[in-house]
Amino acid sequence: MSALLAARGLAKSFGAVVAAADLDLEVEAGEIHALIGPNGAGKTTVLGLLSGELRPDRGRVFLSGREVTHAPVHERVRLGLGRTFQLSCVLPSFSVLENVAIAVQAREGSSFRFWKPASPDPRLEEPAFALLERLGIDALADRPAAMLAHGERRLLELAMALASRPKVLLLDEPLAGVGSKEAQRLVEILARLRAEVGVLLVEHDMDAVFRLADRITVLVNGRAIASGPPSVVRADPLVRAAYLGDDSER
Amino acid sequence: MEPTLLVVQFLNGIQLGTLLFLVASGLTLVFGILDVINLAHGVVYMVGAYAAASTFVRSGSLALAIAIAPVAALLVGLLLDRLVLRFLYDRNHLDQVLATFGVILFVDEAVRAIFGPAALPYPLPPAFEWSLELPGGATYPAWRLVIIVSGLVLAAILFGILHRTRAGMVVRAAATDPGMLAMLGVDIRRLFLVVLGAGSALAGFAGALAGPIVAVQPGMGDSVLILSFVVIVTGGLGSVQGALLGSFLVGLADTLGRSFLTDLLRLLLPPAAANEVGPALASMAIYLVMAIVLLIRPQGLVSLRRAAR
Amino acid sequence: MRAATRAPVSVRKLEGGSVAPLVFVALALAVLGADLWAGPYYVKLLTRAMIVALAALALDLLVGLAGLVSLGHAAFVGIGAYAVGILAEHGITSGWIQWPVALVASAAAAAVIGALSLRTRGVHFIMITLAFAQMLYFAANSLSRYGGDDGLTIWNRSDFGGIVSLADRRTFAWLCFVLLLSVYVALARLSASRFGRVLRGAKDNERRMAALGFAVTRFRLVAFVISGTVAGLAGVLLANLTEFVAPAYMSWHRSGELLAMVVLGGMGSLYGAILGAFAFVLLEELLSRFTTHWALLFGPFLVLVVLVGRGGIAGLLARLGRIR
Ligand SMILES: Nc1ncnc2c1ncn2[C@@H]1O[C@H](COP(=O)(O)OP(=O)(O)OP(=O)(O)O)[C@@H](O)[C@H]1O
Ligand SMILES: [Mg+2]
Repeated sequence: MSALLAARGLAKSFGAVVAAADLDLEVEAGEIHALIGPNGAGKTTVLGLLSGELRPDRGRVFLSGREVTHAPVHERVRLGLGRTFQLSCVLPSFSVLENVAIAVQAREGSSFRFWKPASPDPRLEEPAFALLERLGIDALADRPAAMLAHGERRLLELAMALASRPKVLLLDEPLAGVGSKEAQRLVEILARLRAEVGVLLVEHDMDAVFRLADRITVLVNGRAIASGPPSVVRADPLVRAAYLGDDSER
Repeated sequence: MEPTLLVVQFLNGIQLGTLLFLVASGLTLVFGILDVINLAHGVVYMVGAYAAASTFVRSGSLALAIAIAPVAALLVGLLLDRLVLRFLYDRNHLDQVLATFGVILFVDEAVRAIFGPAALPYPLPPAFEWSLELPGGATYPAWRLVIIVSGLVLAAILFGILHRTRAGMVVRAAATDPGMLAMLGVDIRRLFLVVLGAGSALAGFAGALAGPIVAVQPGMGDSVLILSFVVIVTGGLGSVQGALLGSFLVGLADTLGRSFLTDLLRLLLPPAAANEVGPALASMAIYLVMAIVLLIRPQGLVSLRRAAR
Repeated sequence: MRAATRAPVSVRKLEGGSVAPLVFVALALAVLGADLWAGPYYVKLLTRAMIVALAALALDLLVGLAGLVSLGHAAFVGIGAYAVGILAEHGITSGWIQWPVALVASAAAAAVIGALSLRTRGVHFIMITLAFAQMLYFAANSLSRYGGDDGLTIWNRSDFGGIVSLADRRTFAWLCFVLLLSVYVALARLSASRFGRVLRGAKDNERRMAALGFAVTRFRLVAFVISGTVAGLAGVLLANLTEFVAPAYMSWHRSGELLAMVVLGGMGSLYGAILGAFAFVLLEELLSRFTTHWALLFGPFLVLVVLVGRGGIAGLLARLGRIR
C-alpha cells in the first residue's frame, strides 16, 4: 500500500447513530485531503478512529503500510501520526514554549530522566522555539497557554502537532472560531505544509477547503457520498443536494 | 462442608448484600447526580443505628426504633448538606474526600464523647429471638430473615420508583447525564437534595436493621462505607442496578470466603498452612473480586455513562 | 537563542527554591534544640514528625505532581513496617537485609496495586486505592502468626553493624533528617525533570499527552512505584521508632490523614507536604493534651482548610512573600 494513511471498511456506530459506515480513505504523501460534511456527519469520529482514540466496530487502519488497527494512540504517534482537536487541546498550566518543548520531548523518546532539569534544555527548547517562530507566535513563548486567545491556541496546537515531526497530520477544524487575519495565516501555513506532511483536513470553511485540498471526501451520516478532486466534488449533484446547497449549514 | 451450612452461609451473604445495597444505592446516586463523593454517608448509617438502639432501649418499642432511625438519618444527612456538602458541589474530588473525611472524624468523635467508646446495647427484640427451621435440619435466625425480606422489599420499591415514575426517570437520567437535564430545566440541586435525603433515610434504616447483629459503636459506619465503595466501584458508579449486583457479589464473596476458603485450601495445602493462609485470603476475597472485575471491565459491571471519550 | 535562558512559568511557580532550605534549616535547629534543652520526648516527637513527613512527601508526588489522589497510601507505610517486624520476628535483625527487603516489598506492592488502579480514573482511582489498602489492612489483621490485630513488638531495632546505631535516639533523629532531606532533593529534582514534566502534563490534559505520543499510564505507574517505595521507607523508620508494628498503621484513617497533611501543607510544592506533616503531628500532640476528643476540633479544622484554605501553608507563605 503506497498511501501514508489508509482506512479500509471503517465502521463505527454509537447506539443507533451511525458515525462511520464502510469507509475507505487515504492520505498520500504531499497531499491535503479534505474531509467535509454537515454537523454530526461523523468527521471527528473518523479522526478518532484513525488516531486510535476510538475503536472501530469493523475495518482496518494502516499507517505507512503497517496495520495499526489495534495500536494505542501513543504508538501511532510514534509511527508518524499527529493530530489537532476540534476543541482546542493544550496544556493550560504550561507556558507556550513548554507546550511545544514537551512535544519535542515526546519525539525524542527520552522522558524517563529523573534528575536533570527539563528546562533550560536547549535540545528541547531550541527546536520548540524554532517552531514558534515559524508559526509566528514566538512573542508568546512565555505566556501560560491558558491565557491565549482562541486563534493563538490553534496555532500553538499546530506547533505541538508539528513538533512530533509527523508524516500525516489529522486536523479537526483548525480554522473554526479563528479571526480572518489568523485564518489567512493558517491557510498559508497549511499550504506550505503540504510539502513535508500529508494532511487530512476536516474543515467547515469552504473557501479554505477549496483553496487547499487536493482531494475532497464528502461525509454524510458516516457514508462517503463523493470523493475526488475539488472540481469534480463541487459539481457532484449529490453533494450539492446534501451539503453545499444547504444554506442552513454554516 | 455440608450443604446445609452452604445454605446458611448463602443466606448470610444475601443478608450482608441487602444491608450494603441500602447504603450503597444512596451513595451511588448521590455520586451519579452531582459527581460528589460523600464519605460521610457511613456516618449517617451509624446515626441510624444509634438512634434505633437508644430508642429501643429506652422505649422498648422496636417499631418506634425502626421508625425513628431513618428520620434521624435523613435530618443528619440534610444537615450535613447544609453545613458542608453544598460547598463541595463544584469542588474537585480531593476536596470532597478531605472535607467529608473531616466530617467523619468529627461525628465519630462526637458519638464517642456522648455515648462512650463501648458498644451501645441493642438486644435482639424478643419477638424475633427464634430461628427458622430450614429444610435439611439447619436453622436460620429470624432477625436476619427480617433484614433480607425488608431490604429486598425496599430495593423493589426503589426500583419501582426509579423505573415506573416520572420522578424516578428524572433521577436515572440525571445520574446518566446531569448536564443534559440541567439544560432541560430540571433543578439539579433540588433533585440532589431529594436523593441525598432518601439515600440517608435508607442508610439510617440499614443501621437500625443491622444494629442487633453488629456492634453499635463509634466508627461502625467506616467499614460499611468502604464496603459500599467496593460495591459501587464493582457495580459501576451511578448505577442502582450495578449497586444491587455489586452488593450481592460482595456479600456472597465475603461470607462464603470466610466460611469455606480455609476448608478449600486444606485440599491443596498442608492443614497448618491452610489455617494460616485461609483467613487472610478470606478477608481479602471481596477486594480480589473487585480487582478481577476491574481488570475485565474498568468501568464496573453496569456502566451508565459512555466509556470515557 | 533566547529561549534557552528563561525559567518557564511552571518551574517559577514552584517557588520551592527559597522556602525549602529555610524549612530544613529550621528543622535542623529544632532537632538540635530539642536534643539540647527539651529532652528525649521531644526528640522522639520530632523524629516521628520527620517520618510522617517522609510519607506525606511520597504522597505529594502522586497527588500534587501527578494529580493522582491515592486514599490508600498508609498501606505502603504498613508494608515497610511489617517487613521489618516480620524479619525481626524471625531473628533477622540486620538492617542490610531488612531495609532492602522492605523497600522491594513496598515497591512490588505498589507496582501491582498501581497497575490495577491506574486502569481507572478520578473517583474510581480514589476508591480503588482505598479498597486495596483495606485489603492489606485486613490481611495484616489475620496474620495471627505475627500478632494479628494486636500487632507485633519488635525487640531490636535494625542493626547496621557498627556504622550507625539506631538505638541511639540522637543518631536515629539525624538519620531521619538526612533521609528526609535526600528524598526531598531527589523528588524536587524529579519534579523539574523531563519525567516530572510528563507527569504534570498528564495531570493538565491527559488526552493531549497521549496525542503527543506519551504512554501516560507507564509514567504514572513509575511515579506510583517511586511513591510507594518512599512510603515504605517511612514505614521502615516508623517500625524502628516505635519498636512495634500493627494493622492500625495501614488503617484508612492514616491514609486520610496523609492526604490531609498534603493539602494542609499545600499540594505540589513538596516542602508543603513536610510543613503539613509537622503541622499535623504537632497539632495532634497539642490538642490531645487538652482533650482526648481532639478529633472534635481537628475534623472541623480540616473542613475549613479545604473550604477556605486555598494553597495550604505553602500557599500562605507564597502570598506573604509576594506582599513583602
Ligand atoms: N462518544 C460518543 N457517544 C455517542 N455518540 C457519539 C459519540 N461521539 C459522537 N457521537 C455521535 O456521532 C455522530 C457523529 O459525531 P461527530 O462528532 O463525529 O460529527 P462531526 O462530523 O465531527 O460533527 P461536527 O461538524 O459538528 O464536528 C453525532 O451524531 C454524535 O452525536
Ligand atoms: Mg467534529
